[in-house]
Amino acid sequence: MNGDLIELSLGQLGVATTLIVASALLSIVLRLGLHGRLLWASLRCVVQLLLIGMVLKWVFAPDRAWYVIFSLAMAMTVIAGVVAMGRGERRYPGMGLDSVVAIWACSWLVTGVALAAVVRPDPWYRAQYAIPMLGMILHNTLNGVSLGLNRFCGEMAQRRTEIETLLALGATRWEAAREIVQQSIRTGLIPTINAMTVMGIVSLPGMMTGQLLSGVDPNMAVRYQVAIMFFIAAASTLGTAGVVLLGYRRLFNADHQFLPDRLAAK
Amino acid sequence: MPLLEAVGIARRAPRAEAWLVDHVSLAVPAGRIIGVSGPSGSGKTLLLRAMAMLDPVDAGEVRLRGEPARRDRVPGFRSQVAYLHQRPALLGQTVREALARPYAIALRRGQRFDTNRAEAMFQTLGRDTGFLDKKTGDLSGGEAQIAALVRTAALDPTVLLLDEPTSALDPATAQAVERWLVDWIAAAPDGRAIVWVSHDAAQVERLGIAPWRMCAGRLSAGDET
Repeated sequence: MNGDLIELSLGQLGVATTLIVASALLSIVLRLGLHGRLLWASLRCVVQLLLIGMVLKWVFAPDRAWYVIFSLAMAMTVIAGVVAMGRGERRYPGMGLDSVVAIWACSWLVTGVALAAVVRPDPWYRAQYAIPMLGMILHNTLNGVSLGLNRFCGEMAQRRTEIETLLALGATRWEAAREIVQQSIRTGLIPTINAMTVMGIVSLPGMMTGQLLSGVDPNMAVRYQVAIMFFIAAASTLGTAGVVLLGYRRLFNADHQFLPDRLAAK
Repeated sequence: MPLLEAVGIARRAPRAEAWLVDHVSLAVPAGRIIGVSGPSGSGKTLLLRAMAMLDPVDAGEVRLRGEPARRDRVPGFRSQVAYLHQRPALLGQTVREALARPYAIALRRGQRFDTNRAEAMFQTLGRDTGFLDKKTGDLSGGEAQIAALVRTAALDPTVLLLDEPTSALDPATAQAVERWLVDWIAAAPDGRAIVWVSHDAAQVERLGIAPWRMCAGRLSAGDET
């Protein structure tokens, strides 16, 4: 499969390194003050990738037990959930749990369907397929969830009077929140829809580029890319809708009362 | 039996000792305007909101015609016991849209916005006929208050819970609103009542047959203070 792939020697990597050093030098000459951060980021990038390379090499070993793969997948999922929550300006109690639950449920459901029904590796949870696919799905779902959640909390706080006016006029909690819920879910889905719209024209996605570089037939690379985009779109939609609806349940009670006090600025 | 009754309503701020509303009971008989005055932060608004079941309370209940409000019928209860926010949101591009908005909610299915009736109400309150087509964004604070008041009144509630409904109005229009609401009750004295919160003690005196005063979460008869 990777017969066409040109192996990169450490010397060749060294040439790539001179380019980042050149960027740092440029920063010094132009007094951008960025060389420190640039080198630190490069160092982090190298160390993080080396570590994940080691982890993946170990996890990808053919006889690796299922619970190892599931533990890694769980760790990735929880981190994605926590990161998705951390980006917003406001939070409510239970937001972290909502975020992790929404991301976990939708990304595992979609990855499960993708593996068991579409790609069908043997065994279906084979790490070489499961981990990268889950990773891509998590990454995109995380963006959707965090955008949706951020919009939701912001609108709920800002449009408090509007919500309460509707409630006072006899609206149910759902009628009072529906518009904001819809807007928030839409906001979370915009990046995924944009990405699909310009796919192949403006950008060649990373996974497809990787497959092309390693000599996979472009037709096959396209098929994989289409499948993964649909998985990503499905997971983002489910995850964003899920997290916004969970949030909605936290900010209203069964008496159709709006509880804006639960929303606190960070 | 009072039309609306608050019994032992109590509420305190989260993680705080002091009561914001300290076990307040208030009976609202049919055909009456109950005036409640008191300084800012004394709990008047919170009491009104609790009577419309808009906020969770720590104790007490609200009864409409002797019946405690039921959990599963809160929207219906609120359509009978209508709370009017001091600075209400209008929800629409034009006054007409704002007034028609309540008819889009499930509870009002089958009811229709009566333009003529709304126009007549606006006329009584000194607005000209073009008022329905004004942009909500162009309204002054007082005009927005009038629009919201007419919107709520057009829904034929049983009890109006008014939170400083004339705070942004000039004195002449404020008195027109007062007269209009007195007439509103007089039109059906057995089935209507108003609780009117105002920091303006003179207004409460003018309106209230039995003015009440709210102070630090406690409610007392006006003449005791």
